[in-house]
Amino acid sequence: MSEVEFDHHADRSRMQVSDEVAIEVVNMNKWYGSFHVLRDINLTVNRGERIVICGPSGSGKSTLIRCMNRLEEHQAGKIIVDGIELTSDLKNIDKVRREVGMVFQHFNLFPHLTILENCTLAPIWVRKTPRREAEETAMHFLEKVKIPEQAHKYPGQLSGGQQQRVAIARSLCMKPRIMLFDEPTSALDPEMIKEVLDTMIELAEEGMTMLVVTHEMGFAKEVANRVIFMDAGQIVEQNEPEEFFSNPQSERTKLFLSQIL
Amino acid sequence: MSDKVTAYVRTEMLEEKAPPSLNTGPLGWIKENLFPNWFSSILTLVSLWIIYKMLAAFIPWAFGGVWNASSLNECREILQGVDAACWAVIHERFWQLMYGFYPDHLYWRPNLALILLIVALIPVLFDGAPRKLLWISVATPFVGPWLLWGGTIWTPVAAALGFVVGIAVYRLVASALSNLAGLVLGPLAAVIWWILLAGRFSDLVSSILPLGIEPVESRKFGGFMLAITLGITGIAASFPLGIILALGRQSNLIIVKTLSVGFIEFIRGVPLITLLFVAQVMLAYFLPKGTDFDIILRVMIMITLFAAAYMAEVIRGGLAALPKGQYEAADALGLNYWQAQRLIIMPQALKIAIPGIVSTFIGLFKDTTLVSIIGLADPIGWVKYIQADAAWNGIVWELYGFVALVFFIICFSMSRYSMYLERKLETGHK
Repeated sequence: MSEVEFDHHADRSRMQVSDEVAIEVVNMNKWYGSFHVLRDINLTVNRGERIVICGPSGSGKSTLIRCMNRLEEHQAGKIIVDGIELTSDLKNIDKVRREVGMVFQHFNLFPHLTILENCTLAPIWVRKTPRREAEETAMHFLEKVKIPEQAHKYPGQLSGGQQQRVAIARSLCMKPRIMLFDEPTSALDPEMIKEVLDTMIELAEEGMTMLVVTHEMGFAKEVANRVIFMDAGQIVEQNEPEEFFSNPQSERTKLFLSQIL
Repeated sequence: MSDKVTAYVRTEMLEEKAPPSLNTGPLGWIKENLFPNWFSSILTLVSLWIIYKMLAAFIPWAFGGVWNASSLNECREILQGVDAACWAVIHERFWQLMYGFYPDHLYWRPNLALILLIVALIPVLFDGAPRKLLWISVATPFVGPWLLWGGTIWTPVAAALGFVVGIAVYRLVASALSNLAGLVLGPLAAVIWWILLAGRFSDLVSSILPLGIEPVESRKFGGFMLAITLGITGIAASFPLGIILALGRQSNLIIVKTLSVGFIEFIRGVPLITLLFVAQVMLAYFLPKGTDFDIILRVMIMITLFAAAYMAEVIRGGLAALPKGQYEAADALGLNYWQAQRLIIMPQALKIAIPGIVSTFIGLFKDTTLVSIIGLADPIGWVKYIQADAAWNGIVWELYGFVALVFFIICFSMSRYSMYLERKLETGHK
């Protein structure tokens, strides 16, 4: 995969990792029927970390981050997000989802609502923010992702890259403490990948805790403080990006990197 | 052949141009669409000839008809052997076809109810209408029936109180126990109120404070007034019920799911006419003794249940067409189940299902004519009564034609409205 050239290089000095734990995954296992998708996952994410998760398709990387806001249910082990353990308790799930934003591969904007309504819906209904205030916040984040002028259009009238930036703004409007990105650029044309990655780099510079499933290794080198390689439902290798790319340890990682770089 | 590639670099980008014009005016259109080749030309001519023959027979019959006569024989005398319509029957029996035996000095009441209904529908059907009209929309389900049936004002008040009781019990139980318990007990409390207590309440209050208008019995209802009353209530009640059944069918709660599937499959597996017979003779057995259920109300319930089962399946089709990502995005933003349904899922699923929903509405409205079989005097029932009259014995086309025309106008309007709605809700996304 070709690497994207960034106009603006990330300022790593602004990305501080704190000692506070944001997400803790302990001995987590998940099955689809009898298929063992995630096996003994142990992972601690500190606040301010930017983690890139990569791996071949079917390795369970998307499933892993989808477990972290309970879009998928795990059957064994623990997942603790922001001090709240994810169980079948709906109240806890709602609490976690309020603090964790998610961006999807296919954007999943609400096509029947305008861009502005997409961004204000959850703050108004979930956080009970007054409409005016929610709209101001939404415009603030739309300006941040550089599409305030599209606020009154519908998602179907926007390009893929613009839609994905709206999706990021929509998540940010909930003022989340953690952001999950599930292959945010995989459905985009090369020209649009860069605009989305630029937005994500800015977000990282502001100290957002981010878990990103992606094949954009340029992005990983630019902002990640840790790269995790998964295969066959398990974490095979994790390291700082420089070490990970220059000196991979496992054979599986070497093979994967040789194929995508 | 040489391997040499001819190198080419564009130095100037091309300007945008208008497309070449294909049609040259109306004559060009006719030539292209009606007479493109000899075979199509023959078909066009044959079709034109058939249309001409039909209109040549129909127009003199319809427009040369007699409007003033007191019997079919009088019509025939006036026409003197000319084959033309005897519209006099419509002229003479118009009010009965419209209102049945409803007392003629009270025609203003159904008329007012219809006007009220139209006003009530404006804020529901078209946005941009003043929001205050919504109060009329809320009041119409209670005031409308009261205008039709008359009687004490306390009956609609008691009916409305049922909703207040239901919501109060829901709020109380939901905060004390759980949301689910509230969703079960709230409606249950409302139903208990309506069946057991509402009658006594309105009797009691009206004995203290008798306020009311002249009552009209159900057996006097008839004609299009009856068909529209049945159709409107059926449409208004089957739609929310259908949504609930469609959601129930997708529920993870096994009892809710089984009940919904069982209900839908049972009702869809039975002809409407058998349900109407049940309403006519059997429903009284299932209800507590002493509850005197009006026959029109019983028929309304059956028509509503019947349409709701179809509605549920149509809406389920809309739900199935939504990408899974929409549910996931709603979940990920922290919306709860009902918020997600109301704000994200239903607006899209219902939009997809509009053609099917409107077909079900139209089908329901036309199915109201089946009540003539169980002895209610809807327009078809009235056609039979009029034909049984010695003065009009033998008249067929004019009566059925008139009834068909009125039904067509109403159904066609519904269909056009649904197309308007589809266009309005189009946001450029497939």
